[in-house]
Amino acid sequence: MELDLPFIWAALIAFSVLAYVVLDGFDLGIGILFPLIGEGRDRSVAMNSVAPVWDGNETWLVLGGGGLFAVFPLAYATILPALYAPLIAMLIGLIFRGVSFEFRHRTRRGRFLWDWGFAGGSLLAAFAQGITLGALVQGIEVADRAYAGGWWDWLTPFSLLTGVALVFGYALLGATWLVMKTEGRLQRRATDFAWVSAVATLILIAVVSLATPFLNPAFLERWFAWPTMIFSLVVPALVAACAWMLFSGLTDHRPLRPFLAALGLFTLCYAGIGISFYPYIVPPSITIWQAAAPDASLAFLLVGAAVLIPIILLYTGYAYWVFRGKVDPEEGYHQDHP
Amino acid sequence: MFDLFDALTLARAQFAFTVSAHIIFPAFTIGLASYLAVLEGLWLWTRDGRYMQVFAYWKTIFAVVFGMGVVSGIVMSYQFGTNWSVFSDKTGPILGPLMGYEVLSAFFLEAGFLGVMLFGEKRVGEKLHFFATLMVAVGTLFSAFWILSVNSWMQTPAGYGVNEVGQFVPTDWWAAVFNPSFPYRFVHMVLAAYLTTAFVVGGVGAWHLLRDRDNRGARLMFSMAMWMALVVAPLQVLAGDMHGLNTLEHQPAKIAAMEGHWETRQGAPLILFGLPDDEAEETRYALEVPHLGSLILTHEWNGEVRGLKAWPKDERPPSAVVFWSFRVMVALGFAMVGLGLWSAVLRLRGRLYASPWLHAAAVVMAPAGFAAVLAGWVTTEVGRQPWTVYGLLTTAQSSSPLDAAAVGASLLAFILVYFAVFGAGTFYVLRLMARPPGAKVAEDQGPLRAAGITPGPAMAAPGPRRAE
Repeated sequence: MELDLPFIWAALIAFSVLAYVVLDGFDLGIGILFPLIGEGRDRSVAMNSVAPVWDGNETWLVLGGGGLFAVFPLAYATILPALYAPLIAMLIGLIFRGVSFEFRHRTRRGRFLWDWGFAGGSLLAAFAQGITLGALVQGIEVADRAYAGGWWDWLTPFSLLTGVALVFGYALLGATWLVMKTEGRLQRRATDFAWVSAVATLILIAVVSLATPFLNPAFLERWFAWPTMIFSLVVPALVAACAWMLFSGLTDHRPLRPFLAALGLFTLCYAGIGISFYPYIVPPSITIWQAAAPDASLAFLLVGAAVLIPIILLYTGYAYWVFRGKVDPEEGYHQDHP
Repeated sequence: MFDLFDALTLARAQFAFTVSAHIIFPAFTIGLASYLAVLEGLWLWTRDGRYMQVFAYWKTIFAVVFGMGVVSGIVMSYQFGTNWSVFSDKTGPILGPLMGYEVLSAFFLEAGFLGVMLFGEKRVGEKLHFFATLMVAVGTLFSAFWILSVNSWMQTPAGYGVNEVGQFVPTDWWAAVFNPSFPYRFVHMVLAAYLTTAFVVGGVGAWHLLRDRDNRGARLMFSMAMWMALVVAPLQVLAGDMHGLNTLEHQPAKIAAMEGHWETRQGAPLILFGLPDDEAEETRYALEVPHLGSLILTHEWNGEVRGLKAWPKDERPPSAVVFWSFRVMVALGFAMVGLGLWSAVLRLRGRLYASPWLHAAAVVMAPAGFAAVLAGWVTTEVGRQPWTVYGLLTTAQSSSPLDAAAVGASLLAFILVYFAVFGAGTFYVLRLMARPPGAKVAEDQGPLRAAGITPGPAMAAPGPRRAE
């Protein structure tokens, strides 16, 4: 039997990007909510709740990007120049918020700077990722194995809309994470944040979903032609179920539920985008088979991925297990100096 | 020849700037991660509190430096696509999987266990904690392995073919990964990282010994660092020499530029100093040692060394930069050997902790590793010009169809952000280094003690597993 290596790899890259979005999503979300969390101890608790795991979360982004380079080099070589400005903005955002984890504990006078670096960097990275996503969905012009569009093609009302949507979506993930990981006043505030961001996220999901099919006749076809129309019925129903689980979890004080529901929402939206996309990797120009590296490259890396990804999931799971439960405000290697 | 503001020049400047800023951090963290693992291992073995004290001291510094390495590394991983998209398309089938292995085998390992190492002390047993430290150290070495394989493949490509759309495609992975220059580069870089760390640790130890020569933590740091200098610096000279022979075999134009040789000669001299002039095709004011060039490069008195004129003008690397960066690296290398020998002599006389002159020299030499690493990379990267894939793909052919304004703007943004962020980070690291080992200092209050008035008992070793 011949393995369809490009297809397998498309699935693996899709998994990495999803893993990135939901994992770094909640720690970026905490950065987005940071200015709303009062200064002092609550802020440190919120940050300590993600400090041990954010670095691992962000590595999925490197796997997504690096994986694209490895197995779909043509996609990498056309998407990155096309989305030059938002990607540079994202990198700069990630620089600020990545260093803030350590820097804010190294200074008292300058702490407010790194609090803003953390918040601003997270917001910028999230917004830029949303724009990147929107620009990819609306299409990238390719000619002769190179990006052929202009430098501002990514900037449209639609990409701004997806940018805002992702910011609220990440805020929702961050808020529900805090509901799960904290207690007392911070948890009550996080519950309020979760309500607001959940309502905003659901509205934005609806708007983006309605706008998407009209960007490209192929998307419309995909969503409203039989048999793929099944998705158009199932996906919204599942979104509604997640929304119910989220709100009921917040109302009934079941702290785990809202987070799981938010993860569910992200997974569904992601699947929705995948349904629109397939089989393109750079819509509407390049399919996954056209972009794929030779089978020799795909097979070589697949051997390693098949062995290493399960191991990665194991020790990543272990790291989360070590830091399970509520954040202990008294604990942590970062001692706050009153 | 160059238009200062064309997209290609700006993209090259951006790559040079971001990669030079980045290399500083791994050069330090590769060595520091291994050092931390050794310290914790020694503590578990001996239960001598000094090891844990020094471990705790460097762990905090490691966390700050590692954070900067992570974020500057993410920039690198996207830059191939943004600024060098043609290169990415053509080399992706070979270099992509190698970098993919770096992510899978190294980045996840480091990131996954870093949290446990930094924050998990009270949550996992001490053996598991040591295991986490070890995994972080192993991860940094894996990372060096793959990234040096990638770089070496670009310098000495092997195991490839070219397909119908002009991509390099793998024919023999074994040959591609272990390409001809890879073993030399890998060893040279890892030793460089170990030396970089040793000189920083030694410099910090010496700094505190100058203030308080009885500080036990500072003594331990200084002693361990000087052992490293004594043993590893000469090994590095040997590794560098072997690397040079390999470069002569595979990239002779680079060697000619490093040596400032223009004519092909037998029994070539070693040019100690001079001013290579690309326009005049000569090295002016050369101070030469007859035959020594051939002797070092070919290990023969009358061995033939090719000069730059053997290549067409547009295939020669810019010689002045390479000539001087190489000399800076070599000079620093010999200074490291010298400091190692000096420390050994004083150690034999029992005066290792009693010589302010040695300590002052070690403080001066603290940044030597960084300078040598940067000089070495300049030598090897400028020396391979005008190629990105040696002899096959030029730098000019590799870049994205870019708009100069976009590259210029992002270059400016990176420069501003890097100076602000990494400048602040460097300041924090230096402030962490200013606290003496063993002192309980609130980080944001600066050093608690004035120089030289430390009471002895304050230096008592802390109990096991005391948090900072």
